[in-house]
Amino acid sequence: MRFSKVWTIASKDFKIFRNKKGILYSLIGFQVFVSIGLPLIIQFASTKTGSFSDPIIPRLINAFSFWFVIGAAILPTSIASYSLVGEKLEKSLEPLLATPVTDEEILIGKSLAAFIPAIISIYIGAIIFMSLIDIFSYKKLLFLYFPNWNIAVILFILSPLTCILDIGFNIIISSRVNDTRSAQQIGMLMILPFATIYVLSEMNIISVTVNNLFIISAIVLIIDIILFYLIKNIFRREEILTKWK
Amino acid sequence: MIDVKNLTKKFGNILAVDSLTFHVDEGEIFGFLGPNGAGKTTTTRMLCCLISKTCGEAKIAGYEIGNIAHSLEIRKIIGLVPDNVGLYNELTAYENLDFYGKLYECSKKQRKENIEYYLTMMGLWENRDQSVGSFSKGMKQKIAVARALVHNPKLLFLDEPTANLDPESSKVVIDFILQFKKEGKTIFLNTHKLDEAQRICDRIGIIKTRLLTVNSPDQLKKSIWGNKTVIQLEEINNSIVTAVKELNPKDFEVVENKIIINVDNPFEENPVIVKAIIKAGGCIQYVTRLNPDLEKAYLKIMEEAK
Repeated sequence: MRFSKVWTIASKDFKIFRNKKGILYSLIGFQVFVSIGLPLIIQFASTKTGSFSDPIIPRLINAFSFWFVIGAAILPTSIASYSLVGEKLEKSLEPLLATPVTDEEILIGKSLAAFIPAIISIYIGAIIFMSLIDIFSYKKLLFLYFPNWNIAVILFILSPLTCILDIGFNIIISSRVNDTRSAQQIGMLMILPFATIYVLSEMNIISVTVNNLFIISAIVLIIDIILFYLIKNIFRREEILTKWK
Repeated sequence: MIDVKNLTKKFGNILAVDSLTFHVDEGEIFGFLGPNGAGKTTTTRMLCCLISKTCGEAKIAGYEIGNIAHSLEIRKIIGLVPDNVGLYNELTAYENLDFYGKLYECSKKQRKENIEYYLTMMGLWENRDQSVGSFSKGMKQKIAVARALVHNPKLLFLDEPTANLDPESSKVVIDFILQFKKEGKTIFLNTHKLDEAQRICDRIGIIKTRLLTVNSPDQLKKSIWGNKTVIQLEEINNSIVTAVKELNPKDFEVVENKIIINVDNPFEENPVIVKAIIKAGGCIQYVTRLNPDLEKAYLKIMEEAK
């Protein structure tokens, strides 16, 4: 596999996204809510409970940190649906497949085009989120709540794996649908398992501890591997040209 | 340049292409004619290594289709203009071509030179920084042709390149194809337009799942209609008809005041026929060669295939 070709395909998609305001708004909108909105809720909650050391607050912060995983399950959807369904709609896959690039190079290029903006957006959001939480909490906790192992596992293991899962899921969807809206709507289903985990953590049924995050990461990794083998069979040029409708 | 032997493609139980055998010489324009669903696009896709063959053999410049290592080499030396232009509407004309130039590993200098050359030739250099989405169908088609040429391929596959184009844009594309031929490149052209095929193709293959015939446009017409001479007379009478009959022509018919005669060698036989008619008292208004168009030949071949 030649990385130059992978990067050429990914950068072409970046140029296209530059003109798609919807993608930009979804990346910014989500991060504004998570990275600014959630710390403000924490600040509000702390003024209501009277103390940041109240056990509910750290639990709330940990639960809110999980929003970055939910973001990883949402953000690549809008990009991947444009990246693949868009090519289908513009019928640009045939000339692309006629060039001397391999199926893997196209697949990885397309995946990177969805992965990089999503993960960058998550990391920028996380930096703002952690900074605001630390600013709001330092005077009361007398130590910096972030960084900690929880957020490290979320940002460096679980979020990337979830992004990959979402992209894989979108590739499968893209092979079956003909418009970006349907792809996005079906792609949003990916949020359900992670939203369930979040709700359970809010209900104090499970807690977002490092151990639990590792377990979730392992499960996501296994699903990623299964998806990879499924996609390898779907993303073959003959399959794309004759069966992708 | 292209050697095809018993090339067959099945989709499940459906036979899309049946045992094709033909070759295309270097520098030749080879036209592929056939109705919708005849297997033209499937053949092109197999030759471009986009879909696999079911059986048979095909070689492009000595590289074998179906061999994974050779497939990449084949794609390096070919250019494809598919039936759908498939351009990126959000990108500019220049960015579209530059993207493909990069995939073909052209150097930055080569890309710049080729893009400028082809866009200028197509009359689109001034529009290079406009997004392709704002272009007309004709402009998009020209960009699609330029895209297939950006890496200077040896062999160009064109699938209905002038479909949906106005006559002026069609002419630009056709002139472009002829220019490409002058440069010694080989062209494989799928088309429905018989007049276009007749005008630019060196040889034509007629396909309807299987290859029905391959020949030059002239030979194709001749094989169906032979050489026919039309003699227009002021008036036809029995003595003129008898005089023609006595020459024992292969075949002749009288239509109004015309005699249509099938001749093997018009240069030798026509003067003899003319003399006989004049001797029989005929007054000849003109003598001409019957030029059946390719359409009639094509329709006859298709009819026979049924």
